[in-house]
Amino acid sequence: MADEVILLDFWPSPFGVRARIALREKGVEFEYREENLRDKSPLLLQMNPVYKKIPVLIHNGKPVCESMNVVQYIDEVWSDKNPILPSDPYQRAQARFWVDFVDTKLFEPADKIWQTKGEEQETAKKEYIEALKTLESELGDKPYFGGDTFGFVDIAMTGYYSWFEASEKLANFSIEPECPTLMASAKRCLQRESVVKSLHDSEKILAFAYKIRKIYCV
Amino acid sequence: MAEEIILLDYWASMFGMRTRIALEEKGVKYEYREEDLSNKSPLLLEMNPIHKKIPVLIHKGKPICESIIQVQYIDELWPDTNPILPSDPYQRAQARFWADYIDKKTYVPCKSLWSETGEKQEAAKMEFIEVLKTLDSELGDKSFFGGNEFGLVDIAFIGFYSWFRTYEEVANLLTIVEKFPKLISWAQRCLKRESVAKTLPDSDKVLKSISDHRKTVLGID
Repeated sequence: MADEVILLDFWPSPFGVRARIALREKGVEFEYREENLRDKSPLLLQMNPVYKKIPVLIHNGKPVCESMNVVQYIDEVWSDKNPILPSDPYQRAQARFWVDFVDTKLFEPADKIWQTKGEEQETAKKEYIEALKTLESELGDKPYFGGDTFGFVDIAMTGYYSWFEASEKLANFSIEPECPTLMASAKRCLQRESVVKSLHDSEKILAFAYKIRKIYCV
Repeated sequence: MAEEIILLDYWASMFGMRTRIALEEKGVKYEYREEDLSNKSPLLLEMNPIHKKIPVLIHKGKPICESIIQVQYIDELWPDTNPILPSDPYQRAQARFWADYIDKKTYVPCKSLWSETGEKQEAAKMEFIEVLKTLDSELGDKSFFGGNEFGLVDIAFIGFYSWFRTYEEVANLLTIVEKFPKLISWAQRCLKRESVAKTLPDSDKVLKSISDHRKTVLGID
């Protein structure tokens, strides 16, 4: 019986994009379903009653929620191709640690960058850059966080990479001078086939970001 | 060859308890080092420079931080004894989801329950009760969160049981016992396990420690 894989998602979401990338890395055929976040489908509410958020992966009728949890699940189910997590337990623990760092330290400042202005936005920018610098220090000389290969932390970061340009324009700053090696890695990730196929172009994301910013009356 | 395992921890930390339980489940010998959280050791600051928090697991000189990550690491190194995560990928995803839910939803309110007063404390109470309701519903009629076997989600939450009396007294959070009998039965079931019984501190000891801290450090009566 063929696998039925459905992804409930929202096109500009930096979290949804992670699930899309993982599925494409594994060559998994899936049905993408766009959610209207202001009018969530009954299926979304049924499949993710705890958070009511996207992305939700529905595999043969059973839901998996939370983007990096979805990525780990995809890695374990379709384990024959393009491993996402390393095989060594210590390296796996490090990958999980840095993904947790990404989600705890980038999320709020990234949101505040496009939701606020003035001093609040300046503070958010500083926090964002500081977190990116810590990540750059962890990256070191490696082409990817995963070492020579695109992996778990890179997938987590690519969601944020896809919003770099929008963040820079909204808050009038430039990431590259602050984090040149991270940007080099970001560019490498953004050229990957699974990523190119999963992302909408940056102009569309920027237009969306401006639209959302207006809603926040900024 | 003895594995060199050191755990930097704090006796009352419900997060540190997770790692201790996991190590006990696997029968792994380790050196426990108590940290003074008001005067963190150079080793802690060196091994966890990012968050500067306990617990920190140090294995052969290399640090692993974040309790749920530590538990998974321990499970992967000693997979044959008392498995903590299920073998089925879907069940594993569910276990990780609920462990993550506990982390996301308890961290802030549980701290506010004992460190705040007035409105902030009331808001924290409401949040914590919602968490208990959700977990109670998720547990359902199962013996443990994962079904018949003690596992990751049980390990993630059981430490909080030793803080229930503190929350009840300090935050006037009445009758967790009455309102959530299934959760209490679950906790009693977990306490029958040697790893849990050895690890969880006495509830009254936690209460006294927090009451003292509220008076002397926070200036709350």
